[in-house]
Amino acid sequence: MSARAEVPHLQRRSVGVHLLLRFLENLPPYRWTRSRLVHWGVTGRTAVIAVPYLWLLLFFLIPFVIVLKIGFSETQIALPPYQPLFAWTQEKILQIKLNVGNFLYLVEDSLYWRAYLNSLKIAAVSTILCLLIGYPIAYAIARADTTWRNILLMMVILPFWTSFLLRVYAWIGILKNNGLINNFLVWLGVVDEPLVMLQTDFAIYVGIVYSYLPFMILPLYTSLEKMDLTLLEAAADLGSRPYKAFLQITLPLSIQGIVAGSLLVFIPAVGEFVIPALLGGPEQLMIGKVLWTEFFSNRDWPVASAVAIALLMLLLIPIALLQRAQAAEARGT
Amino acid sequence: MARKVTAFRVGALILGFIFLYGPILSLIVYSFNKSRLVTVWGGFSTQWYGRLFQNQQILDAAWLSLKVAALNATGAVILGTLAGTALARFGKFKGRALLSSMTTAPLVMPEVITGLSLLLLFVAMEQLFGWPKGRGFTTITIAHITLTLAYVTVIVQSRLATLDDSLEEAAMDLGARPGKVFFVITLPIIAPALVSGWLLSFTISLDDLVITSFVSGPGSSTLPMVIFSKVRLGVSPDINALATIMVLLVTIGVIIAGILMARQEKRRQRDMQLAAGATLK
Repeated sequence: MSARAEVPHLQRRSVGVHLLLRFLENLPPYRWTRSRLVHWGVTGRTAVIAVPYLWLLLFFLIPFVIVLKIGFSETQIALPPYQPLFAWTQEKILQIKLNVGNFLYLVEDSLYWRAYLNSLKIAAVSTILCLLIGYPIAYAIARADTTWRNILLMMVILPFWTSFLLRVYAWIGILKNNGLINNFLVWLGVVDEPLVMLQTDFAIYVGIVYSYLPFMILPLYTSLEKMDLTLLEAAADLGSRPYKAFLQITLPLSIQGIVAGSLLVFIPAVGEFVIPALLGGPEQLMIGKVLWTEFFSNRDWPVASAVAIALLMLLLIPIALLQRAQAAEARGT
Repeated sequence: MARKVTAFRVGALILGFIFLYGPILSLIVYSFNKSRLVTVWGGFSTQWYGRLFQNQQILDAAWLSLKVAALNATGAVILGTLAGTALARFGKFKGRALLSSMTTAPLVMPEVITGLSLLLLFVAMEQLFGWPKGRGFTTITIAHITLTLAYVTVIVQSRLATLDDSLEEAAMDLGARPGKVFFVITLPIIAPALVSGWLLSFTISLDDLVITSFVSGPGSSTLPMVIFSKVRLGVSPDINALATIMVLLVTIGVIIAGILMARQEKRRQRDMQLAAGATLK
């Protein structure tokens, strides 16, 4: 039934596709390639897997190995600015120079420690703020009429399609000393001196919450929407107060959305660069900004790589948790 | 009681959307400000739009960004469709877990790490093979494809997972080769997902600053790089004008996509009714 139902509107287009494929199949280059591939035992199935696989191996996995390698090599003033890790000595013996100096440097210099801890703190606080702001919104959308639901969801996703950089930039105009908020407060007479908001932790929190809020709302919405509402009715019938029903039923049932949303905000927030660079001041150390400075200003590639490895180590557990949460959701549990 | 709850929900929505849309609106309003100070109103003016189109640096950067974004989106859709198909349709195969995590990891990986690691790869490749020569259009496009193919894979994979595969099986039973089944049956059905994947890849590429800064070379500044170097020094009214144009384009794009999707949905429903009618007879 469902198979038949989808056929008619496909028919019109498929005739054209069919003729095109027929034509391509009979071209000599196609036939030659095909016969070669069959000869080597490569099937279409293998090719479908192999092409994206090789691409990701080359451009995603191998780069990490290189970062690891350069994190252990010594800085030198040359191009590229690091010494090779492996070298053939004159006696043709492979010499491996492992230099842990970069990592010791990270441990010794308190700048890096403070940057790491500060990034974790800022990411954690932003995640909690996102959760507190995003939960009521997701809840309101999930309980809205079906017709409204899609429109509201669309409205949550829409800002995501406009430039992230420009949306962060918008907050400079709002938060700065003669910006929108301060102009308004001075006009009201609430404050005489403009409040300093730009270049503070507060500005970074606002920026992160603003940019990542949709990532929190969407998974929350998904778990709240599939909740069985008769449970709440039953609780009300049995005399449970609404806030108690919320704490005992709604909140535990949306835990999957809370975990997924929190990780989706926390992980990128730890390594964030654009927001602290535009909204924070020189005081607001975040590890993404430190890595950037190490690389672009100090041109110290090995230390930048070591910073990247340490950052990755920090995020391995949250990333693994996220992949597990997503796998669980894909299975529909 | 119920009324209080509803008031809470409506309040949450209104405040939430003011928070999400207020800053964008402020960008648009102040793009028509005569004053150079951006947030101090000095009368209505469209002068910043004129300035924008005389700024050769911004125009060059925008052209480069558009070229990269279009090529990137096309490459990401092709590779992402292959990966999504493999993950959703091929059952268990060797290395499936690795492929699956390699396609989702770039989504959450901090961009500074992805950018740095890709740059180091390009440098190493140039030393070993002499390719890619220097950094610019090619390296930026490769980096963007690696990032955005993850999004396309997720979209295609979830679309295929919800799709009834009885049509594909029927075609297979009738003797069609797997490749043909894919092009004649699967591809037309998942086409809307591919279109949204293409558009998403296009916008992500057009917007990326961090990865691009790492893998671009001298003389190949993309639009976000130019914007960043300008706004780092503070607000600048021509950037507001640029933002307004971009918001306008996105809004038009979303409206067109919405109309097309609604039309397609209508046609699908009509076909379903026709098919149901035919089955009853």
